[in-house]
Amino acid sequence: MEATIPVLILAIPLFMFLFLGLLGKFMSHKMAGILGTAGMGVTLLLAYFTAYVYFFSGTPEFVDAAGNRLQFVVFNVDWLQFYENLVIRLGFLLDPISAMMLVVITTISFMVHLYSNGYMRDHHGVYEHGFQRIYAFLALFSFSMLGLVVATNIFQMYIFWELVGASSYLLIGFYYVKPSAVSASKKAFIVTRFADLGFLIGILILSYYTGTFSFTDLTSVNVATDTFAVNLGTADHIKNIFANSAVPVFMGGSVLTWALVLIFMGGMGKSAMLPLHIWLPDAMEGPTPVSALIHAATMVVAGVYLVARLFPLYLMETTALEIITVVGAVTALYAAMVACTQLDIKRVLAFSTISQIAFMMVSLGVARPEFHEGLGYMASMFHLFTHAMFKALLFLCAGAIIHAVGSNDYTSMHGLRKHMPVTHITFLIGCLAIAGIIPFSGFFSKDEILSSCLGHGWVPYVWMSFVAGLTAFYMFRLYFLIFWWKEHKVPQGHHQPHDQAWPMTVPLVILAAITCVAGFIPFGKLVSWDGVSYDFMAHFDWSVASVSLLVAVVAILIAMKMYMKENPLPEKMRNALPALWTWCYHRFYWDELYMFITHKIIFNGICRPIAWFDRHIIDGTMDGFAYVTNKASYAIRGLQSGKIQMYVWVYLIGVLLLGLVTAICLL
Amino acid sequence: MDITILYYLVPSLIMFCCGVYGFITRRNMIAMLISLELMLNAVDINFVVFNRFLYPENMEGMFFTLFAIAIAAAETALAIAIIINVFRSAKNISVSDLSKMKH
Amino acid sequence: MFSNILIYFVVIPVIMLAGLALCRNIKQIRAVAVTGSLALTALSIYLLVDYLGLRAAGHTEQMLFTGAWDWFKPLHIQLAVGVDGISVAMLILSSIILLTGSFASWKINPLPKEFFLWLILLSTGVFGFFISIDLFTMFMFYEVALIPMYLLIGVWGSGNKNYSAMKLTLMLMGGSAFLMLGLIGIYYHSSANPETLTWNLLEISQNGAISKGWQYFLFPMTFVGFGVLGAMFPFHTWSPDGHASAPTAVSMLHAGVLMKLGGYGCFRVAIYLMPEAANDLAWIFLILTGISVVYGAFSACVQTDLKYINAYSSVSHCGLVLFAILMLNTTAMTGAIMQMLSHGLMTALFFALIGMIYGRTHTRDITKMGGLMKIMPFLAVCYVIAGMASLGLPGLSGFVAEMTIFVGSFEHADMFHRVFTIVACCSIVITAVYILRVVGKLLLGPVQDEHHLKLTDAEWWERTATVTLIISVAAIGCFPNFFADLIRWTFSSDIFSVIGMN
Repeated sequence: MEATIPVLILAIPLFMFLFLGLLGKFMSHKMAGILGTAGMGVTLLLAYFTAYVYFFSGTPEFVDAAGNRLQFVVFNVDWLQFYENLVIRLGFLLDPISAMMLVVITTISFMVHLYSNGYMRDHHGVYEHGFQRIYAFLALFSFSMLGLVVATNIFQMYIFWELVGASSYLLIGFYYVKPSAVSASKKAFIVTRFADLGFLIGILILSYYTGTFSFTDLTSVNVATDTFAVNLGTADHIKNIFANSAVPVFMGGSVLTWALVLIFMGGMGKSAMLPLHIWLPDAMEGPTPVSALIHAATMVVAGVYLVARLFPLYLMETTALEIITVVGAVTALYAAMVACTQLDIKRVLAFSTISQIAFMMVSLGVARPEFHEGLGYMASMFHLFTHAMFKALLFLCAGAIIHAVGSNDYTSMHGLRKHMPVTHITFLIGCLAIAGIIPFSGFFSKDEILSSCLGHGWVPYVWMSFVAGLTAFYMFRLYFLIFWWKEHKVPQGHHQPHDQAWPMTVPLVILAAITCVAGFIPFGKLVSWDGVSYDFMAHFDWSVASVSLLVAVVAILIAMKMYMKENPLPEKMRNALPALWTWCYHRFYWDELYMFITHKIIFNGICRPIAWFDRHIIDGTMDGFAYVTNKASYAIRGLQSGKIQMYVWVYLIGVLLLGLVTAICLL
Repeated sequence: MDITILYYLVPSLIMFCCGVYGFITRRNMIAMLISLELMLNAVDINFVVFNRFLYPENMEGMFFTLFAIAIAAAETALAIAIIINVFRSAKNISVSDLSKMKH
Repeated sequence: MFSNILIYFVVIPVIMLAGLALCRNIKQIRAVAVTGSLALTALSIYLLVDYLGLRAAGHTEQMLFTGAWDWFKPLHIQLAVGVDGISVAMLILSSIILLTGSFASWKINPLPKEFFLWLILLSTGVFGFFISIDLFTMFMFYEVALIPMYLLIGVWGSGNKNYSAMKLTLMLMGGSAFLMLGLIGIYYHSSANPETLTWNLLEISQNGAISKGWQYFLFPMTFVGFGVLGAMFPFHTWSPDGHASAPTAVSMLHAGVLMKLGGYGCFRVAIYLMPEAANDLAWIFLILTGISVVYGAFSACVQTDLKYINAYSSVSHCGLVLFAILMLNTTAMTGAIMQMLSHGLMTALFFALIGMIYGRTHTRDITKMGGLMKIMPFLAVCYVIAGMASLGLPGLSGFVAEMTIFVGSFEHADMFHRVFTIVACCSIVITAVYILRVVGKLLLGPVQDEHHLKLTDAEWWERTATVTLIISVAAIGCFPNFFADLIRWTFSSDIFSVIGMN
């Protein structure tokens, strides 16, 4: 495949960022919006084309004679060389998951670009301050995210990993005058930075022992004829490298496990897994389209993508996979419980995102080649795809509602179904999909995940089914509270809420349509951990499906009973379990814990003492030297009295002593 | 009675010691100046005496003394001029009280 | 003598000094300063091209453009010059910072002429230091670079300037005393034959005559001597006060270039001439520099004065330079030099911006400012970029330097080095904390002081200075391999084979 189109996929967003960032303020708002959207549109077409060629052209670069999909490095440029083989390269790796991610990112990004044209204006069509800026930042984000998914080596991934973090920082802090937005953006950056520290150390360990950064070397499952790869050979070979290292076991884990767990820590940060999840709910301070793009569909799944990318390595050390499973399962339950109590609709969606990403993590954690040909891997990627679509849809709907009502709080919504019919229907489709109702896309992907959990054991299966039920419950709680509950009251002097202009409505409809049909994509044919395509319907377990469907329907019915009409039942529920409700409502006090750690321990316990130590002890020592020198000179200053007679005395005594000494010596 | 060199040197020594004593103990500048002159003259005597007794054929000691006397005169004039000026501004010529320029 | 291109790095500043002496008004002064520093920049870029050309043509000597002229025969003191990749990089850095510093002190007041005279004298020392390969001349230029600092801070500084100037000068002089001792020691052990003692770096390293016992004594002397200027813990306290009081251009030059003299000297003299002692004693200084890295970063977290924050950040970043040098392998050392370049540029950018902000708001206390993004967007955006470079955003220079250091440091497989590498890695998180704290308090959020609403954004000369620096920072960040290759060449010599360096 020629490198032109892949280069353009990366270059266009980068160019748009520089162009809009530097020249944006010299053009009209409308112009900036159109240019930004058009740029993304072109990228979208190119990405679709690339994905199409990869999946369906059948050229020997991409698929071998047996029909297995191959990894193909389109180009790979040396960027920074450390050692002969240890080179950071910037390149473009095409394989099933990167091609799929290209589609996801460009689709959502284009929708968001389009949507922002409408969202970033007020009701009179006046553009918000900084309209050009958001397009520049969105382009930067798209560039970074695309660079991340097509990374040919782990360091390229780290580079773009940092860049998406930075663009996320810029976008969360878009309303930089608001202190809450500023602190949210800071929190997001620092928490993910902390996670990236683990990622970095993991990379260092991994690259030190294997002597390469390249994915194709590390996970050489199915590599196309590739001039760039050194090819370390089989999994056994890599295992041997680690087993023969100087310190094969460190604190109870093998070095490879440590490397993989540390790398996963980076993924935990970006994908908001417990306990590094605290930044994501706050990140909702950003504009809603941004939340849809970054904090629902693309950036937050980077952690999942990372694990998927290194999946063959993870398979070598299943301890790391077990850890991923546990972290994912706990996070899924935690986030789902919290989501049941939140008032802010974007927060509910944020926690729902955390919970859904945890589903993907669990799915990767339980995936084993022995069971259903590694179904979990495919399920995870499938869920990533469908989730990106329906969660972006839900966020964009939420954006439309917030734009119409002017508040994030559902108490100021209620009964919007008559006012905003399009939003209502599309939101409902999103809810049905996330709840896992046939035939919407979420049903299929979630069902695959539950199947693969079942393959791993009963515990993860029951646990995740329960969480799936909770998911259906809180999503429909949200749905009923927004669109039903009671008639909508319009505050004095406000407009009636209504469906938004076409730039905002069209993306909703498109995404809803995708959500309706995405479940029927034969995903197993396209994506699998080793490139071998298979029919996942063969692994479709109707008993699992019907159980999960039943759970979802029951949960929806409960939600309906509780929230469809105004009634005292929710109040009763809350009073029945006050402690649980309070803990959930306060998100199990994680934020308070972090505040305590950062402010009380790190700032007051480490930084201030160090600053004090520096000013008083170290500086004091240096000043002490100066002080002693000064004092000493003052002390001997008295000798230089300026009194001649004193000098004469001293002189005479000296002469006498000298004479005496001389006399004694002579005698 | 033979007049030896000692007859000259002992008075000169006494004179010198008086000068030193006066220079150290006196606080009055005039008195210090006088003491200084005493020491100077004691030294002059020594010059002449050593010249006379040790190298009678040479005259350097004599000349040196003459120079010293001339310089002492000039120096005394200068010193007294300074002292008078100091007295005019400070109304005082005691060295222990004149510390204005020290700090 | 004047056929050697390197001499002009000293000649041009001297001509500038003469030109400044003749100047009558501020316009002429600016003209001389800008023309001269542009000439220096052009010269350094020409040198780079020439250097790369010679290397490509197969010249594999350790130093190129070498030349030596006797200065004081009885003690074998020469004016010996020569450059390798590191020196070339440092010369470019110095000239860029001098250029931008001239722009940043466009409106210096009072006594502009005297200010520029001292500033140019200082840079004469800097350039002389980087081109010298004779230890004595090197030391002389080193002192020439240090002394003007006292006057520049004492006269044109702000705040507690007398104290700071005195402290800075005395501490650096203290370092010089160690250094002098070390250098004289090296001289007397430079050759086995007392007739052929030499100050010339290349000859000393070829002779390899310094016995191991003496190395144990001389290495700490020289390393600490230069380390004081490199802000090594616990000799760093001149840096916060000194930087806080210094005028803008001086802070820029000092943090940007002078502190690099320390790192450069540590490498060029201490480690290059005494590799065996370096290998054996590195652990002591690794502990100290490792502390520097984290300690500086933690201290920066709670400061409220912009310049103090940046000064502590410099302690942390320069600590990383020395830390990487002590790792004694090619990659880490390449990273160290890149970090010197990177830190030089971005900290100069920081100090330039702080100077510009201070010139408008007349305060450097971040609790008294806020929301500057709305008032002076250009400066604020530049500040964010500088901050991003500092916390290691890919595409800007900090990232590549730090990553090279970490990858290189991780090559040591023993527990001690591993632990310290990981400790040093932690600094990237702490850096993010204090940078974002400043950005959040200073630039974002609501406007704190209503008087600030009247303030204006950057003037053209300020824009020139900041944009030049940003472009340089981005150039290193986007094309790191060019710089890495330039630097790595130096380590290909077999000097380090003594300690089994790869």
